[in-house]
Amino acid sequence: MKSRILGIKFFVIITISVLSMRLFSIQVMDTDYQEIANRNVIQKSIEYPYRGLIFDTKGKLLLYNDPVFDLMITPKNVDLSDSFLIKKLLFITQREFDQAYLKATSFSRNLPSIFYKQLSNEKFAAFQDRMRDLEGFNINSRTTRGYAEIGLANILGYVGEVTQNQLNMDTTGYYKSGDNIGITGIEKTYERSIRGLRGVKYRNVDVQGINMGSFENGAYDTLPQPGKNLVLTIDGALQKYAERLMEGKIGSLVAIDPSSGEILALVSAPSYDPSLLSGRGFSKNFGTIQRDSLKPLFNRPLQAMYPPGSMFKTIQALIALEQDQVQADEIITVNSKLIGDHAPLGKYDMQRAITKSSNNYFFKVFRRIIQQGEHLSPFIDSRMGYNKWRDYVLQFGFGKILDIDLPNEKAGFVPSLEFYDQIYGKERWKFSNIYSLSIGQGELLVTPLQMANLGVILANRGYYFTPHLVKKVGVERLDFSQKSSIEIDTGHFESILEGMQALVSVPGSRAYIPGLVFCGKTSTVENPQGLDHSGFMGFAPRNNPKIAIAVYVENAGWGARAALSTASLAIEKYVNGSVKKKWLENYVLKGDFQDAKPE
Amino acid sequence: MRSQNKYQVDTLSVVYFLSLVMLGWINIYAADYDLDGTTSFFDLNQSSTKQLLWIGASLFLITVIFILDYRFYDSFGYVIWGISIFFLLAVLFFGKEVAGSTSWFEIGFIKIQPSEFAKIATAIGLAKYLSSQSVGVSDKYKYKLGISALLFLIPMGLIILQGDLGSAMVFGSLILVLFREGLSAKLLFFSCYAVLLFLLTLLIDQWILLFMVLALFLIGLGLFIKNRKALIVIFGLSILSFGLIKSVDFVLNQVLKEHQQLRVMSLINPNADPLGIGWNVMQSKIAIGSGGFMGKGFLKGTQTKFDFVPAQTTDFIFCTVGEEQGWLGATLIMILFGAFFLRLLTIAERQKSRFVRIYGYSVVSIMFFHFAINIAMTIGLFPVIGIPLPFFSYGGSSFWTFTMLLFILLKLDSQRMDQLEH
Repeated sequence: MKSRILGIKFFVIITISVLSMRLFSIQVMDTDYQEIANRNVIQKSIEYPYRGLIFDTKGKLLLYNDPVFDLMITPKNVDLSDSFLIKKLLFITQREFDQAYLKATSFSRNLPSIFYKQLSNEKFAAFQDRMRDLEGFNINSRTTRGYAEIGLANILGYVGEVTQNQLNMDTTGYYKSGDNIGITGIEKTYERSIRGLRGVKYRNVDVQGINMGSFENGAYDTLPQPGKNLVLTIDGALQKYAERLMEGKIGSLVAIDPSSGEILALVSAPSYDPSLLSGRGFSKNFGTIQRDSLKPLFNRPLQAMYPPGSMFKTIQALIALEQDQVQADEIITVNSKLIGDHAPLGKYDMQRAITKSSNNYFFKVFRRIIQQGEHLSPFIDSRMGYNKWRDYVLQFGFGKILDIDLPNEKAGFVPSLEFYDQIYGKERWKFSNIYSLSIGQGELLVTPLQMANLGVILANRGYYFTPHLVKKVGVERLDFSQKSSIEIDTGHFESILEGMQALVSVPGSRAYIPGLVFCGKTSTVENPQGLDHSGFMGFAPRNNPKIAIAVYVENAGWGARAALSTASLAIEKYVNGSVKKKWLENYVLKGDFQDAKPE
Repeated sequence: MRSQNKYQVDTLSVVYFLSLVMLGWINIYAADYDLDGTTSFFDLNQSSTKQLLWIGASLFLITVIFILDYRFYDSFGYVIWGISIFFLLAVLFFGKEVAGSTSWFEIGFIKIQPSEFAKIATAIGLAKYLSSQSVGVSDKYKYKLGISALLFLIPMGLIILQGDLGSAMVFGSLILVLFREGLSAKLLFFSCYAVLLFLLTLLIDQWILLFMVLALFLIGLGLFIKNRKALIVIFGLSILSFGLIKSVDFVLNQVLKEHQQLRVMSLINPNADPLGIGWNVMQSKIAIGSGGFMGKGFLKGTQTKFDFVPAQTTDFIFCTVGEEQGWLGATLIMILFGAFFLRLLTIAERQKSRFVRIYGYSVVSIMFFHFAINIAMTIGLFPVIGIPLPFFSYGGSSFWTFTMLLFILLKLDSQRMDQLEH
């Protein structure tokens, strides 16, 4: 019996030891339970900051945060026998009430969920007064991006949910799934400044997810910091007017302040209403916009590439003058048409050649640039000439991006030696193969932004600033004072500007603006796919220029019609503040440029 | 003449008792505590306040126990047992069904659970029978073993019929008493083998298990081919194993109620379905496991405060201990329990009267079973069968049962000099 008694006592001790060891393994050895316990009770909630507001150059609000008010319901606190007031305030039937109530209940009886989305302002006001009579209901506010104008979509861009790809690329680890991020436009470029800083709030929740107060009295909580506001260089009035002018057309308008590189207007047509991509209905609207055959999401000023056409003659002229291949007052006689030309036969100096846009004059000038007679072989000679020429062209900002503060800018195309080597073989090509370049056709491709920047260079007689859209981030003024200069003597510009002025600033010309002396050059860009594109580049006024501008209107034919008219109106609007030429305005708005000359 | 220490109540046991009651009450208070500070000491909606009333009422019961003549239990042993059986039968017909089991009488606002009373009565009845026999339980007197077993198998069966499997299993613990009184170690071994096989049946597919039994049988056949006696044992054991496996399957699928089936199944893999049947055990383990070595501190448990643990003042009160007091606190409390049980065993062994000794062993068996199984189920070592932790779990009935079990023993012990030796 003694051994049995001992055995029983031993059994008690062993059992307690086993239990204690098991406790040790789950309490001390295994730390997983601690983590699971924290996950159980500590709920982390993100406090989203307000995104920065965006203003135009004059301080007019363009983009803001739209407060949206949702009516929330916590079903267990609702007195169902007293739903009269709710139905009255929302103008809903018993059936609708029941449906919304059932939906909320199926989500949770204890947690708030949306009962009625996006209350109108009137309904919201009515609710605010009666809120304490409505047990179980409360109003939750959130924000979506709100747009003061329906334009500017191509500039502002939009925000959307961060993608998995972006999450993978985010080395800072800032973004979490479900966050909003600037997808394109200013919203993307300045994302870091305007997104602000998220706040975090930790709170305890019970088994039903009900808030049981802050965790450790908020010791780990952080407050959200609102994003910085941006001031754009865009002139709201000009932008709006230019958008109106470009309505119904396909093309671009870019206006830049030559003295700073500040972009005054940047229009891409056709565009879309940016509010369609804000908040509710994003995915549905995005699909519609994306499927549009006219590609409204395509930011044409930066992304569309065209041959520069006759506008490029200004550059040919400058390079030839700088290289001393031609003198401004040298008379070149065009007595036969070596290439197609709308300009008449006759004698041309530089100014007249620009004004009349003589193809044959520039054919001859370009031949001098390319074949400078420095080598006996015409192939090697052309090669050397071309290379020098190309260096100048690149200085004008072509064939590379200008680094504007918007995403997806295109570089355009200035063919390299190797490019022609590949087509024709090394030392198998000469001037006769590339003469189309003389009139801005051939393989050259430029963006409307680059053309506007050419306007800036001409206006400044030889330099430009990096074109940009934002001048102030928060209280900090951005510095874009770095000049990019072109190695061309200032004196060479005058004859060309004279020719450009004669094109647009003579009474009777369609572009003529009484009292304003300005310069411009048109292009009728050959388009093998269809009707020619209409192009214009210029600046105003000739002295102390305030605006440089480029316009492309696709398939609109003569440069002297669509693009010139549109640019002239925009210049008048910006420089004079209002437009007097209503007939021209109507002509542009009507948009049928195949008509005979108006008047 | 009676000596001075004749009426001495065992001080150490009372100290252990008071310590456990106090610690228990503190943990009920913690489990029930509202973080927003509205917990009022006098609020009768608070479990801790009500528990204080039950504890107070138990003083009355203790007084009655000490006033009653010590010979009462011995003399009326069978009567007491009989009355409890009567109530167990009656509750089947007139009881109120609560949560799938019919184990309560409801008279006005008073609720009585006959199965609790049956624990005391069975302990007394068993002690009465075994002490009245001249010899102990041994293989030679199998009918004595049978009668002893019936004394607790009858209430056990009736309680199973009520649908309260957990309480019924408690009576199985009395086999320990039989072991003390001479039950052969072989029988104890067979009982344990049966329990092990039973658990394996739950864990492993029955066909695999049957195959394993067959394999063992063949191995045994090979080993003891020349020993006829051993072969008979092996053969018999295999047949019994086969029968047990099949009957467990039958019980599991035909006899047990659905919620009991789920509870048994949740033992098998509590992690598989955290929001389903294993949820209770999972949350219980999380609460205890998150306590760490030192615990989160008094009233600082989050899992229990925010209701993640079910039945946290009753069956899962040990979660509060584990979460707030950590491994150290939990182990110290278990050591206190252990010391208490060993003390009661010592008391049982010092009796001249076999009745008191057997009763003492019954008390220890019943309480120890509650203690071990309750803690084992909160840490996922045993299925959740819903039995309280003595002196810790909230509830008047169970608290009074344990108090009465203990103080009847202490009353009898205090007068051990007067007891006649059987």
